[in-house]
Amino acid sequence: MRVSVQDEVFDFGKEAEAFTQGNKNMGAIVTFTGVVRDADQGGLVAMEIEHYPGMTHKALSEIAQTAVDRWSLGDALVIHRYGRLVPGEQIMMVATAARHRMQAFEAAEFLMDYLKSRAPFWKKEVLEDGSADWVAARDEDENALTRW
Amino acid sequence: MDILYFAWVRERIGLPHERFETRATTVSGLIDELRTREERYAAAFADLSALRVALDQELSDFDASLTGVREVAFFPPMTGG
Repeated sequence: MRVSVQDEVFDFGKEAEAFTQGNKNMGAIVTFTGVVRDADQGGLVAMEIEHYPGMTHKALSEIAQTAVDRWSLGDALVIHRYGRLVPGEQIMMVATAARHRMQAFEAAEFLMDYLKSRAPFWKKEVLEDGSADWVAARDEDENALTRW
Repeated sequence: MDILYFAWVRERIGLPHERFETRATTVSGLIDELRTREERYAAAFADLSALRVALDQELSDFDASLTGVREVAFFPPMTGG
């Protein structure tokens, strides 16, 4: 299991390949990556991601360990960036390795649901007109946790 | 103890971190003390439903005890992923 909180760009392809090569006894690998998209009306210049350095790694590790235990994963990977990102850049990725695809898919969804609402990151959108707004947490993200 | 603020809570109060000696025994007691300090604190802590708290880097509740706690962090609901 690996958790990385970083400001540097990561190479999704290389990470996915290395993760797959490291889990040859597993039949199912699921990967997900989140990308900064342009705001609905256009005009997004950057996404600034703040985090709580003393807590972030620990919180992500606990979430990942819960997934590993609950779905008997062979391995799990979580990479999450912070700092200033522009549209098209990858924010984060998760990867799960399991014997069968159901566990790998479910564990990846669990990781994503918990990362959204229980990992100490906050996003701010900087727009073309110079304004900047903190992204509000959505009720449906919080509600998504109840299914687990 | 150390008090940390993140995201708009940090912006509203105007600093990311401060040391504060409190006589409060719970998080809500601490919040009551902070609110009376200055208007910017009262504004930041006006609506607790918009806030979350972590004690020593673990998510917690407003009625939690501060006994033995060294670091309190206040922030809005998280938006990771």
